[in-house]
Amino acid sequence: MQGFGDAFVAAFGLIAGFDADLVEIVGLSLGVTLSATAFACLLGFPLGAVLAVGRFPGRGALTVLVNALMGLPPVVVGLAVYLMLSRAGPLGALGLLYTPTAMIVAQTILIVPIVAALTRQIVADLDAEYAETLRSMGAGAGARMRTLLWDGRFALVTAALAGMGRALAEVGAVMIVGGNIDHVTRVMTTAIALETSRGELALALGLGIVLMVLSLALNALASGARAGAARMAHA
Amino acid sequence: MLRLVASGPGPDAAIRLEGIALRRGGRRVLDGLSIAVPQQGITAIMGPNGAGKSLCLRVMAGLVTPDEGAVMRGAMLEGRQDIALVFQKPVLLRRSVRANLMHALALYGVPRRRRREHLGELLDFGRLAAIADAPARALSGGEQQRVAMVRALAARPRLLLLDEPTASLDPQATAAIETLIHNTAASGTAVVIVTHDLGQAGRLADHIRFLHKGMLAEAAPAAQFLLAQKSPEAQAYLAGKLLL
Amino acid sequence: MRRTLLSVLAVLACTGPARAADGFIVVQSTTSTQNSGLYDAILPPFEKASGIGVRVVAVGTGQAIRNARNCDGDVLLVHAREAEEAFVTSGYAIGRKNLMYNDFVLVGPADDPAGAGEAQGIDAALAAIAETRAPFASRGDDSGTHKKERTLWADAGIDAVADSGTWYRETGSGMGATLNIATGMDAYALTDRATWIAFANKGNHRIVAEGDAALFNQYGVIAVSPEKCPEVRAASAQVFIDWLLSPEGQGAIAAHELDGQQLFFPNAEQGDE
Repeated sequence: MQGFGDAFVAAFGLIAGFDADLVEIVGLSLGVTLSATAFACLLGFPLGAVLAVGRFPGRGALTVLVNALMGLPPVVVGLAVYLMLSRAGPLGALGLLYTPTAMIVAQTILIVPIVAALTRQIVADLDAEYAETLRSMGAGAGARMRTLLWDGRFALVTAALAGMGRALAEVGAVMIVGGNIDHVTRVMTTAIALETSRGELALALGLGIVLMVLSLALNALASGARAGAARMAHA
Repeated sequence: MLRLVASGPGPDAAIRLEGIALRRGGRRVLDGLSIAVPQQGITAIMGPNGAGKSLCLRVMAGLVTPDEGAVMRGAMLEGRQDIALVFQKPVLLRRSVRANLMHALALYGVPRRRRREHLGELLDFGRLAAIADAPARALSGGEQQRVAMVRALAARPRLLLLDEPTASLDPQATAAIETLIHNTAASGTAVVIVTHDLGQAGRLADHIRFLHKGMLAEAAPAAQFLLAQKSPEAQAYLAGKLLL
Repeated sequence: MRRTLLSVLAVLACTGPARAADGFIVVQSTTSTQNSGLYDAILPPFEKASGIGVRVVAVGTGQAIRNARNCDGDVLLVHAREAEEAFVTSGYAIGRKNLMYNDFVLVGPADDPAGAGEAQGIDAALAAIAETRAPFASRGDDSGTHKKERTLWADAGIDAVADSGTWYRETGSGMGATLNIATGMDAYALTDRATWIAFANKGNHRIVAEGDAALFNQYGVIAVSPEKCPEVRAASAQVFIDWLLSPEGQGAIAAHELDGQQLFFPNAEQGDE
């Protein structure tokens, strides 16, 4: 129990002290994860809608695949992206390894399946409700998907938050493709890993608490925005 | 097999179904149905449960493809959105009334700069101006149905099909919808309404088509039909006797 | 808030691809040098003097060498002499220089149940551990420390790997993680002195055996060859290596202390190709 007490003290010290290094690390964590979430939504929302509404051969298999990819281990994604971005790899010429861009790429790949799978479910449920009406209005597949995605926007926020949570929490992918380089690619989770390997357990746990506070704040913000918009839009 | 027919539906008909057959779950739910909808006025399709009234409407709208028979559309119904359908339960989007109608206008290909104008006309026609910004799904059943109907009219259809539109509404809401239907028909749109309500048929219909077991049992002008029916099925129905 | 925003923007601005003319190099190095805080001590003076940023990727020696082979590093700074020389022979490196040394130590529970502390020399200490089947946490990750550990077992004539999973536990992890496991399961472990001094979770472990000549730990620095890796930032890499080997660099290394103890001892002038 003493360890936990020390951890809370460490966390409080970090937050209250507004330590410059911590601010930098938090800023990078947010930058990488929020970017990855945005890209994952850009890719995952349409993908989920197509899986829900489209009719094409192999749709069922693709759906199963996307669902299965939700269980992709972050370290595996990190390795795959490393192999691609390494100088010895196909995209090596881009020089993206050990940069925040590489971390964004890895996290985006990691969370697209979650966003797509949840979107698919949300849109499919809405489609059951709206399909006949939209068809009678002559809506083509594209119009139908856009309509359903906008109609499901509140539930889709939750899908985005699920993806964001997974990205914020992961360490395997960003460690490998980012290299945990001080002042360049060190984020909350890799900093926690480093402090743990230094035996600084209370500090590591304290950083973990800060990470949780961050996650809480982001989710509370999204929840508030959601509730406000929902009040304005529908019953 | 659906026959493609080159000839039209006939001089006075907006749309004609010929020999329509449709099987659902092994049963013949539409069984050699032949029915013509007049271009002018309001046609009420009536009949007992299971007679195939809703399916008939969906075949007309092109939502359901029959196994056999021909669907002949008149020249006035050449465009994609010339036929519009209003369901019994209105299904509105999770947006304001205004946004619902704008969505429909966009879907029907109304150019952006004309949409506001159309929107104004629609709101006026449905007397929806006061609730234009309300979340559509928070409205009462009657208000939602008015929105659904006005939404169907956004396409400026030449033929409006309504499937028991007031079955779940109270008399006041029903009256509001009936006024809209009346005004729509008066502006030149052909209207087909499926209804159980004899009073409604009496108030609205110019023509009656009576369906029984997936076939047309009787077709007559409304005033005449409501006074005296020719077919035994229609007679039994209006007398309130259970039809097998 | 503003500072966070500026930090985020500043860092994202550095996300673009690098060109050889850019002001930074990537150093593939070991966890022991990072965990002991060496880079925090010596990099700021270098970066200030040269204007070249140094980005250290701290992984195990084996992984560092593999990364360098993939041309993902400009400088290699590790402590596995044979592997380093093989790297040079393979043509991926322009030569290898001695940089600094320290030593390995055997750590274990304070009460030393295996009696390793009483043994004379590291061979006997390890033999005592093997005989009593006292738990031993090995790196198991092909790092410099791991290679040294394997050599020591071999020199003592003990096949510890055969007992892997029983008293001999291969963690497959970095030094810090392995030490966490060692203190957590009251196991012995071989570690470099610098990491041990800097380690904050010693529990009730202490240094049990030290000083044997076989525990000498030499660090070498290598420049990755531009012939095999055309994208390597050869000029900047050479500036860094020259500085490390210069009196300023060697002095900065010697000046790095923790708990009043010097962690690394520069020995560049005793270097060789």
